[in-house]
Amino acid sequence: MARYAWLGGVVLAIVVVVGVMVAVNSDQTRTLRIFIWEEYIDPAVYTLFEREFGAKVIEDNYGSNEDMRAKLQAGGAVYDLVVPSDYMVRLLRQDGLLLPIDLSHIPNLTHLAARFRDPPYDPGHAYSVPYQWGITGIGYNQKLVHPAPTQWADLFEPARIEPYKHRISMLNDMREVIGAALIASGYSPETIDPQHLAEAQALLLQQKPFLAKYDSESFEDSLASGETVLAHGWSGEIAMAQSQNPDIAFVIPAEGTFVFVDNWAIPKGTRQKELAEAFINFVLRPDISAMIVNHARYASVNDAARPLIKPEILNGPSYAWPEDSKVWWLNDFRDAGRLYERVWLELKGR
Amino acid sequence: MWYLLPPAVWLGLFAFLPLGMVAAISLMQRGSPITWEFTLGNYARLADPLLLTIVGRSLWMSSVTTVLCLVIGYPLAYFIVQRRLHVRTLLYFLTLVPLWTNSLVLIYAWMVLLRVDGVADQGARAVNWIATDQSLNWLYTPGAVVLGLVYWYMPFMVYPIYASLEKFDWRLFEAAQDLGASRLGAFFRVLVPLTWPGVLAGGLLVFIPALSNFVVPQFLGGAKVALIGNVIQERFLSQPQDWPLGSALALVVMLLISVAIWAYFKFAYEGDAVG
Amino acid sequence: MVRAQQAHSARIHKGILDLLLDPLLACNALLAFTFLYFPILMLVLFSFSSSRYASIWGGFSLEWYAKLFHNPDLSQALLNSLLIAAATTLIATALGTLAALGLERFPDRRRASHYDAALTLPILVPDIVQGLALLLFFVLVFNGLEHVFDWRPALGRTTVIIAHTAFGISYVAVVVRARLSGMHKSFEEAAMDLGANEWQVFQRITLPLIWPGVLSGGLLAFTLSLDEFVITFFTSGPGATTLPIQVWSMVKRGVTPEVNALSALMLLTSIVLVTLSVMLQRRR
Repeated sequence: MARYAWLGGVVLAIVVVVGVMVAVNSDQTRTLRIFIWEEYIDPAVYTLFEREFGAKVIEDNYGSNEDMRAKLQAGGAVYDLVVPSDYMVRLLRQDGLLLPIDLSHIPNLTHLAARFRDPPYDPGHAYSVPYQWGITGIGYNQKLVHPAPTQWADLFEPARIEPYKHRISMLNDMREVIGAALIASGYSPETIDPQHLAEAQALLLQQKPFLAKYDSESFEDSLASGETVLAHGWSGEIAMAQSQNPDIAFVIPAEGTFVFVDNWAIPKGTRQKELAEAFINFVLRPDISAMIVNHARYASVNDAARPLIKPEILNGPSYAWPEDSKVWWLNDFRDAGRLYERVWLELKGR
Repeated sequence: MWYLLPPAVWLGLFAFLPLGMVAAISLMQRGSPITWEFTLGNYARLADPLLLTIVGRSLWMSSVTTVLCLVIGYPLAYFIVQRRLHVRTLLYFLTLVPLWTNSLVLIYAWMVLLRVDGVADQGARAVNWIATDQSLNWLYTPGAVVLGLVYWYMPFMVYPIYASLEKFDWRLFEAAQDLGASRLGAFFRVLVPLTWPGVLAGGLLVFIPALSNFVVPQFLGGAKVALIGNVIQERFLSQPQDWPLGSALALVVMLLISVAIWAYFKFAYEGDAVG
Repeated sequence: MVRAQQAHSARIHKGILDLLLDPLLACNALLAFTFLYFPILMLVLFSFSSSRYASIWGGFSLEWYAKLFHNPDLSQALLNSLLIAAATTLIATALGTLAALGLERFPDRRRASHYDAALTLPILVPDIVQGLALLLFFVLVFNGLEHVFDWRPALGRTTVIIAHTAFGISYVAVVVRARLSGMHKSFEEAAMDLGANEWQVFQRITLPLIWPGVLSGGLLAFTLSLDEFVITFFTSGPGATTLPIQVWSMVKRGVTPEVNALSALMLLTSIVLVTLSVMLQRRR
């Protein structure tokens, strides 16, 4: 009995101390809370920012735009910066979840490459400032895949992919996957024609038995390690895979593909709006942008940073731009999206 | 009794009210995230053969998992209970450790084991079961999903059965043998019926969570096989966002579970009456 | 004569089956333990490998453990997990014990069995349903609070703690109930006959007797909270990343054997906790 009283006393003491710690754990210094994709920025940037601005930076990650949106809708307004993709910027605006950005606090905006100025999804940069961009394409292992793929059909045609059965991965993203199938079938990836979508669905179901997995998060690692030899993926990640395994190459399919831009945006309810804008401006400094690119390998929208970026990255997959083939931006569909959802459910559910 | 008031209020607010909200949301229309208009459309959509196929497949995989856990777990528990005290404690302890280890980590272990050029492949090549450039391709298959589920939930089956066996009056077993039954006969005629509540408890503890597990199909199944857990999770935290449909599906899962629990109470107590 | 022969052969039949039973059981047990432990041991083994790919041995190395200790995300996640688990344990143990005591003493046995069932409900509800239910709950409550009071709280450690206690209470209650039902009411009655008031009875008689149960329950709530993934996944917010969530992102990204090293350490912790629990159970 005495033994237990002693043990109970110790436990109670620990719990009380912890409780006090939790209660007292309010941040006194200025803190910037960033909600961002995983491995999408160089942590050294935070250290530099913290030193220069006397603030603390906390980073949380998400794996998909929708995940981030759900958390914002649920009251994650304590984030000061989020990084939505192009179509998501528009959606978040419509949800009323974003604050307009004061561009006078972001003089470095002039460094933006012309291609990314005044984007269609956010005219005049009212709610977002571009950060990084990428292209969807096919990553592959040059040593093991012959002949090298050049178009989407090389990912879908059974005769072509038969030798690589179980060594192929597609993104786990509804719009990307269905889009790829649509383009491969000769249609626009923005179509809402049920006939076109039916064909895309057939193509995807035909492809499925040859796949290892649907994966948007570790496809580059699987490619680099040799687990897969053909991967539907994004330019930045494939560039990262290439840096680990020189046999990896990237191709932009000849029929055309999606391009996307990820942007900084400030959620409603933030308490550090000016600090957030200062951070956006900070990242647009040529040296900082270059640092991020050299670390994370994704292409920056910052033109002024180009001289400082490693040449192999500039010439690599990250900065590949399809000169001859068509490029589409992802747009949100609203109700027409149900058709796509149906196809996706059929694909996964069968 | 006033004792009950604080927990009742807390649970009422944070456990039961949210469940009620799920029911309420299932009757609303999707929006961003919800449009506050009444509709029965979500339940109408449940009649979809595709969704029914997914629910059916989830039930099937859960059942297979439960049966496998039982077939391996019961003899295991029996074996442990038969040992001498120190060995028994050690083995019991060994069975519990995976239970209290982070499941994600365990699933990761299986991914590394089963992947192309993983340990399983290397072993198979070493014994010339497959050629050196071939792979077993066991990962990213429905079989791998079942394997993962069995692995994850096996200790949940063993734990109640073991508890039941420990309380069992072994004199009954001996009596049956004295009356002429073989050990196997005594096993099935005396032991199993009297430990039936433990078996059913174990079955519930496996079946219920296995039904809505989304981690295993995503990692070990390569996101190729959508089980009901995946469909629900995607509707909330991924694309396409559809909280009302997700809620309706969640209620369907709750309904299936209630049926299972009802069956438990019915058969567990009947078993007692027979014993 | 014939009957005796039949009886004799019948006995031999039983003998053979019975003979096979033990080796079969042992075989099954061996296979089961191999199945259970092979992945774990392999995980631990490769945590000491210097190769970046977790299935190829590259020579002994402790670099992944070193990396772990220098990983700031991980230490933050661990701290969060511990804080949340501690707070959860405190609340769940207190409320769970109250619930158990209340139910045990409840005069109307029929109503008590209904409340009993209600109390067990959170254990039976799948974690994904609890997670999304709480997410919905928080969203709606926050919206409501914003409308009425113009104050919008956010998802974070507090919401995770609330979520964990919702099922923690039930687990503690079940464990303490089990302990209580084995206890003789006569002790309490005797004490009251001797003039002790309710509080003294509780303090001197009831509490010491149920204390192992309370500790067990608390330990269970602590471990469950520490390992909880799905519900936390739905209800966490900024600065509330817990260890399982961190592991999830590491596993998703298929990164280096750092995960192996982390797993080995978590395994060690499990072993310690299980030992504690088994020891507590032995003190009957």
